[in-house]
Amino acid sequence: MAILCFGAGLWVTGFSSLRDFLPELLRGVIVTVQVTAGGAVVAVVAAFGAALARLYGPKPLRWFASTYVEVFRGTSALVQLFWLFFVLPHFGLTLSPLVVGIAALGLNIGAYGAEVVRGAIGSVGRGQWEAATALNLTRAQALRCIILPQAFVAMIPPWGNLFIELLKATSLVSLITLSDLAFKAQQINQNTLRTAEVFASVLLIYLALSLLITVAMRALEARAARGLRRGRVG
Amino acid sequence: MSKVWDWGYAWEAFPLLAEASIITVKATLMGFVVALTVGLLFAIGRMAGPMWLRWTVGGVVEFIRSTPLLIQIFFLYYVMPEFGLTMSAMVTGVIALGLHYGAYCSEVYRAGLANVPKGQWEASIALNLSTWSTFKNVILPQAIPPVVPALGNYLVALFKETPLLSVIAVLELMQTAKILGSETFRYVEPITLVGAFFLVFSLVSAALIRRLERHLNASPGRRI
Repeated sequence: MAILCFGAGLWVTGFSSLRDFLPELLRGVIVTVQVTAGGAVVAVVAAFGAALARLYGPKPLRWFASTYVEVFRGTSALVQLFWLFFVLPHFGLTLSPLVVGIAALGLNIGAYGAEVVRGAIGSVGRGQWEAATALNLTRAQALRCIILPQAFVAMIPPWGNLFIELLKATSLVSLITLSDLAFKAQQINQNTLRTAEVFASVLLIYLALSLLITVAMRALEARAARGLRRGRVG
Repeated sequence: MSKVWDWGYAWEAFPLLAEASIITVKATLMGFVVALTVGLLFAIGRMAGPMWLRWTVGGVVEFIRSTPLLIQIFFLYYVMPEFGLTMSAMVTGVIALGLHYGAYCSEVYRAGLANVPKGQWEASIALNLSTWSTFKNVILPQAIPPVVPALGNYLVALFKETPLLSVIAVLELMQTAKILGSETFRYVEPITLVGAFFLVFSLVSAALIRRLERHLNASPGRRI
């Protein structure tokens, strides 16, 4: 599907002019994919950390996690990105744009993800906790072996949406001088003035990438659900 | 390097940012009006149109939802003039925000409309109401209130995306902060103030939406 759409895009914009700037765009795609992948890792770690801290942590940790979630959900991704990029150096912490991009977007999506994780853990039946207690499992063991594997299946579809949001948000890193797809688009547009072709093909590339994420997450969901069913039967 | 946070400079920047926040709020409200209208049209087209229209609208909605708003803003700003449609940066930004969130809102409307039982349509036919009057007087009044909180969430989301308009030089909060920063080489105060402004607005509006939700659930005359 993704490849089909991409092919259609190539056809629409016409091969002749595309051939000139496509290699350059693909170099941008690599950066976009890097930031998306790195951001996804940061987001998942931050989300699980914040959700577990909010649910089971001691009070100061709980408070800290809540503040993190509220602040990152309450302000714009672009403001967060600029804040890390322009303000952190004043505190003596100068990071490369790539690291800033991955950290800011990962933390932003992670804050939304924390709510997803919290919701999924909450959706696991109370009986599961009680059964785990009856089996003399510690709370950590119950969480790791009983609750999280079941919550995991429920949180895959919302995580798919969040990863697409992350992919779309990576276009913002072009504003902190990182040469991702959006940055290349502007650059090529200024050099060649083939505005319609450049931006149309960039939109189609983003579309293809989000379709890839959708397909991958569906496959993951099918696999995780199968594992869960098998576990129940066994 | 001088001290990290300069209150004097923050006070100087504050009135300028407060002025710019009016533009931000204006863009938010106008964008949301566009989003509500476009979203409803998308939803109706996708649910009630002929097959070709359903497919087209469905494709357009999915396309808008899976591509970055930033590129959409660039596309409208740079490509539309090639087709002879030149708009000011503010109008372009409002249309881009409206279309992007219209696509999201259409899904919300769709859920609301699908939740109205079919019997309502059948009863309206029995009462000899026209399709338009059924839709306007019977279906919409039942479909909209349950989805108001979801729409409100998108209002907040749209509000948080307005800094993107700075890329086409709309003088909203972020652009003003960047200009202040580039003039004085001090970004800490303006950007932090902008962040604080967004945080306060989002928290307040989230609280308002929660209250609205409670109010709507409590109001008499609602089914279920």
